[in-house]
Amino acid sequence: MIEYVWLIPVFPLIGFIINGLMGERLPKNLVGTIGAAMVGLSFALTVAIFLEYVKLPLEARPTEVTVYTWIASGTFKAVVAFLVDPLSLIMLSVVSGVSFVIHVYSVGYMHDDPGFPRYFAYLNLFVFFMLVLVGANNFLMMFVGWEGVGLCSYLLIGFWYQKQSASDAGKKAFVVNRIGDFGFLLGIFLIFWTFGTINFREVFELAAKYPVGSGVITAITLFLFLGATGKSAQIPLYTWLPDAMEGPTPVSALIHAATMVTAGVYMVARCSALYTLAPMSMMVVAIIGAATAIFAASMGMTQFDIKRVLAYSTVSQLGYMFLACGVGAFTAGIFHLMTHAFFKALLFLGAGSISHALSGELDMRKMGDMRKHIPITYWTFMIATLAICGIFPFAGFFSKDEILFHSLVDGHILYWGIATAAAFITAFYMFRAVFMVFFGKSRVEPEVAHHIHESPPVMTVPLMILAIGSAVGGLVGIPIIEGGHVFKEFLAPSIIHSTGLHEAHYTITFEVGMMLFSMLVAVVGIFVAYRMYIKKPELPTVVAQKFRVAYDLIFHKYYVDEIYDMAVVEPIKDSSTFLWKGVDNQVVDGAVNGSAGVVSYLSAHFRKLETGFLQNYALAIVLGVALIVGYLVGL
Amino acid sequence: MVVPLPYILGLSVALFALGAIGVLIRRNILIILMCLEMMLNAVNLAFIAFADYFKAVDGQLFVFFVMVVAAAEVAVGLALVVAIFRQRATVYVDDLNILKW
Repeated sequence: MIEYVWLIPVFPLIGFIINGLMGERLPKNLVGTIGAAMVGLSFALTVAIFLEYVKLPLEARPTEVTVYTWIASGTFKAVVAFLVDPLSLIMLSVVSGVSFVIHVYSVGYMHDDPGFPRYFAYLNLFVFFMLVLVGANNFLMMFVGWEGVGLCSYLLIGFWYQKQSASDAGKKAFVVNRIGDFGFLLGIFLIFWTFGTINFREVFELAAKYPVGSGVITAITLFLFLGATGKSAQIPLYTWLPDAMEGPTPVSALIHAATMVTAGVYMVARCSALYTLAPMSMMVVAIIGAATAIFAASMGMTQFDIKRVLAYSTVSQLGYMFLACGVGAFTAGIFHLMTHAFFKALLFLGAGSISHALSGELDMRKMGDMRKHIPITYWTFMIATLAICGIFPFAGFFSKDEILFHSLVDGHILYWGIATAAAFITAFYMFRAVFMVFFGKSRVEPEVAHHIHESPPVMTVPLMILAIGSAVGGLVGIPIIEGGHVFKEFLAPSIIHSTGLHEAHYTITFEVGMMLFSMLVAVVGIFVAYRMYIKKPELPTVVAQKFRVAYDLIFHKYYVDEIYDMAVVEPIKDSSTFLWKGVDNQVVDGAVNGSAGVVSYLSAHFRKLETGFLQNYALAIVLGVALIVGYLVGL
Repeated sequence: MVVPLPYILGLSVALFALGAIGVLIRRNILIILMCLEMMLNAVNLAFIAFADYFKAVDGQLFVFFVMVVAAAEVAVGLALVVAIFRQRATVYVDDLNILKW
């Protein structure tokens, strides 16, 4: 079965081709069925391969399946091939599984949209590229997927392209991602230049011969990380993700929460062999991750658009994953990636279900008291919220706790402090959202209020499936019991740790103490949210008034967008205008038009030689002959 | 009595020059064609003179060629003149200046 791994991305590609070429002519139900079924097939195949892989003897792992040679030029060789190892299997399962659920949900959510076939074509194309990205066995093929998902992200953010804000957001995402991709591409060039190959396993084998902290590895890893900051929305390139919420909600769930934005984390974990050789890069990753975690979390506190709250929360959680990778706990990062895919997809789909109930409303100030009207959405949203806050025994508890634990024992107390503070803020803003949406007095506008309704089963069943994932998904990584960490054991062959990292065991008291403390932090966050939004609903305004300056700063997202506009966008615009009007219009066009003008001026005079009178030409001939004869005679 | 070679060549040159001048300054196409014939025949005369002088038949042979060409040229030329006259109702080259845009 493993040799058919290449079929996993091919299924969605078939779906894309069918829906893309003929979608407009097919009935809606068929379009939705094809879209979802193709991804479902991928998921089924992934599960089958997963099961077969687990049964393989250790020496047969990992397997590479080559489909064909794409480029062969000199010593450079790029093949279309898939690497089947624990890391790629986990990523393939998460991507195809969550994608399948979200496709099913989309059938209901997008049902009345005129762009239905286009939507499913894009979504299938996205899944294809994402599966190529995580299944690839070399950097170039990964880059193909990397760019492909960027393209699909652009297409889907700007799905409602009639809306100015949506098409602007799409452009912003695309342009910001280009900056990161530029770094990624340089990283790949440098890898080929240094190692002479781009195959993952060959590169990692060769890299092991380099000393720890060697300059070239540090450069490679930093370039690659620049790519990751773009794709995974980290400081300084995170600004596109909140704007990306302009796309349809299932898109936000799939691309901008569960899968695409985690590509950067996947890439860093995949290159763990390189990163562990570059302590400086590791430090950069950890610092950026920690900074993003708290920075984005703080911005989430003041947002009123529910999807934007979730967007900042995503940025913040991605920060956690990078923090984990940065301190060397790559498995913890991937573990959090997996649990996050479940609960964050669920949160977004829940938000979609809420806005579906409220005729498209996303502003939390116009919600409230919804829990009785949409009970399934409420319960599933609640599970996801508890999971993201890290409440026992939901999925987020295990993964987040592991990150906090590693940031303390493998990293620095400062990382741990920042991550814990971010955990507190996360609990606060998530419950702020829950309280504002589901509790308190209803602030729903009257004309919307009378047709609040629960979503159809095609939307609620995916919510329930993801809720199960969010509830029990963490159990694969129970940390304390000796040997009970199935996830870590399984992932171990894909992750290469440097020898310098702590592998010591800690006492159970210490681990449990850490857990209790992180849970305490979350509970305090929840309590503060409860005080402010249930007990005393007037309190938020008072607090905002009291800390006017700080509140304004956070509310305006630290003015980062404005700073970028001023420092980067405007200068580029100005210089582009100069290049357009000054250099292109004047110099380049001037040279072209000028030479044409000179020719035209000269011809206007030379043409007078051509009189059109026969005898003038005859005279010229005679004179010519006379000249030649004279010359010959003269000799 | 034998006419000396330079005399004949002189006559030939004179005829040729007259023909050339005629081609260049006359305005009527028919006259121009006739002047052209004169130039050809001046050349013929030179051929004959040389043939006689060198006691070789090559020159006389060439004269036939020239006469054939001249006959063909006149046939084509006059046909063109007729065609032009039908089109433009004129045989004056001053009026035939559409070679220029």
